[in-house]
Amino acid sequence: MKPTNQKAWLLVLPVLGLVALSAVIPLMTVVNYSVQDTFGNNQFFWAGTAWYEQVLHSERFWSALARSLSFSAIILAIEIPLGVFIALNMPRKGVGVVVTLVLIALPLLIPWNVVGTIWQVFGRVDIGLLGATLNAAGVDYNYVQDPIDAWATLILMDVWHWTSLVALLAYAGLVSIPDAYYQAARIDGASQWSVFRYIQLPRLGRVLTIAVLLRFMDSFMIYTEPFVVTGGGPGNSTTFLSIDLVQMAVGQFDLGPAAAWSIIYFLIILTLSWIFYAVMTRDESK
Amino acid sequence: MATIAFQGLRHSYATGAAPQASFALSHVPIAFEDGGRFALLGSSGCGKTTLLNIISGLLRPSEGRVLFDGADVTDRPTEARNIAQVFQFPVVYEGLTVAENLAFPLRNRGVGREDARRRVAEILDMTGLAHMADRRARSLAPDEKQLVSLGRGLVRADVAAILFDEPLTVIDPQQKWRLRSRLKALHAQTGRTMIYVTHDQTEALTFADRVMVMHDGEVVQAGSPSDLFDSPEHTFVGYFIGSPGMNVLPVDVDGRNARIGGQSFELDGDPPGDLSGRLEIGVRPEHVQVGTTGLAIEVQRVEDLGRVRIVRARLEGHDLAAVLHEGEPLPADPRVTFAHGRAHLYRDSRRVALVGAGR
Repeated sequence: MKPTNQKAWLLVLPVLGLVALSAVIPLMTVVNYSVQDTFGNNQFFWAGTAWYEQVLHSERFWSALARSLSFSAIILAIEIPLGVFIALNMPRKGVGVVVTLVLIALPLLIPWNVVGTIWQVFGRVDIGLLGATLNAAGVDYNYVQDPIDAWATLILMDVWHWTSLVALLAYAGLVSIPDAYYQAARIDGASQWSVFRYIQLPRLGRVLTIAVLLRFMDSFMIYTEPFVVTGGGPGNSTTFLSIDLVQMAVGQFDLGPAAAWSIIYFLIILTLSWIFYAVMTRDESK
Repeated sequence: MATIAFQGLRHSYATGAAPQASFALSHVPIAFEDGGRFALLGSSGCGKTTLLNIISGLLRPSEGRVLFDGADVTDRPTEARNIAQVFQFPVVYEGLTVAENLAFPLRNRGVGREDARRRVAEILDMTGLAHMADRRARSLAPDEKQLVSLGRGLVRADVAAILFDEPLTVIDPQQKWRLRSRLKALHAQTGRTMIYVTHDQTEALTFADRVMVMHDGEVVQAGSPSDLFDSPEHTFVGYFIGSPGMNVLPVDVDGRNARIGGQSFELDGDPPGDLSGRLEIGVRPEHVQVGTTGLAIEVQRVEDLGRVRIVRARLEGHDLAAVLHEGEPLPADPRVTFAHGRAHLYRDSRRVALVGAGR
């Protein structure tokens, strides 16, 4: 047998080094915290799976998880169809293209905490355009006191902020469909709905997979905007996994449970993303 | 089923008042008779796809009418025209199976489930796709996708003509041959009019029994493959069809006396009276005889193609190709004559006479 040259592995080392610094080492620190207990002074005691058990048995974790999942499910159900709908109605040629693209991309350029601040002010009952107008119109709206109003505000904010991303991705997918497909559809007498169902939607599959994955991960990890708008309230009605995690780690300094919580959180995102990906690409292997 | 004809058809992609020069299509004095096998042949940008899209209604001509069996269909949309079209890049509905793809045009037209199933089964047999009826269309090879695309045209009982827009472009050579013979067989079986657009002379000449050669938006000649080869009506036809293409040499004619540069020769036949304009003589390389008499040439190189050799030479500064058959020698001081009855005289690129040989 010909001896294999193993020197190629050396070329991987720089990347390995970078990834180690940026991801593996911080992650291992968290893993380290999650299986030990400390009382300061840099003294650590082995805790085993105690923190994991504590987190998994806590009512607090499960309700935060349920809130996070619901939030992601709701915004996905709104943003994906809405984004595709917007993309279908965007102009394909002419000056309108540039104007539309810039307008659509605008929300994506705003820093997250600024988005939060905008909506925090926008929704205020006393001075906010939205809050004050609604109340003047007789609608009893107050996101500081009413959990449903708080959720509605957060969802509206997320839809406003992120539907653009879905629309841009879908638009990119749509313009890549060759004209011949539309011509063939005309020859085959296809209705507008058939064109969407059998030409556009299948061709959008890939970009929509990316859109769903990005929007799921981002919304499941959302922190800044709800923190700025509602701070997790009223009560803990908008306390998502991330907000609770920060309270636990930074507010209460419970490093062990917070680390275990982080690891579980990470594994959930990883698993669900993998499931989404596997389900959405299952057709392609056939 | 219909004969497709045109009336004063012209098309320009420019909007507004367009000058003559911008017409993508300007002169189409042809008709596609019912049940024929036609090819539109020409180089890129000659207007052949434009003509095809006008027939199918994907494009509305800027001037003139399109007639199906004498009825004006110019304003009828594609869906109402009973035309099927197969595109350069295979178009299939990727998420559907082969059978569902074939049923698609029927379903859109409200054909009953039972009827549709029977038609689809027929077409599956006809196209040889029966064994992959339940496969997803996206997993097919390009030539199979083109067959599905063609099948969607055949499945409709009312289709007047099937148009092919360079359907073999993205197909591998081996599959090309397979698909082409399948097309001819399907034509024989269904008797549907087929119009095939291509820039490849071999594809056109082997597929069609009537070939329309297009050049700069005009149909310069329509005829059988042998017509096009033996009597090209336009220098472009002579040049475009045949390999190598026809030799076209500028010539001065005075009575029966013809002169190329400093050398003169005698014509077999009488030229027409009116000899104004740019005169050229056209002779196919197959009809240029290399020997020791006639017009002196300078040989540049000889290409050996096995059975024949192609002599590339200069005659009074103009390129000339001649075919030497196996065993024919190339003399040291070569001269050429044109075979009897095989030289054509062109005035402003159009054929005016058969003027025969020279010595």
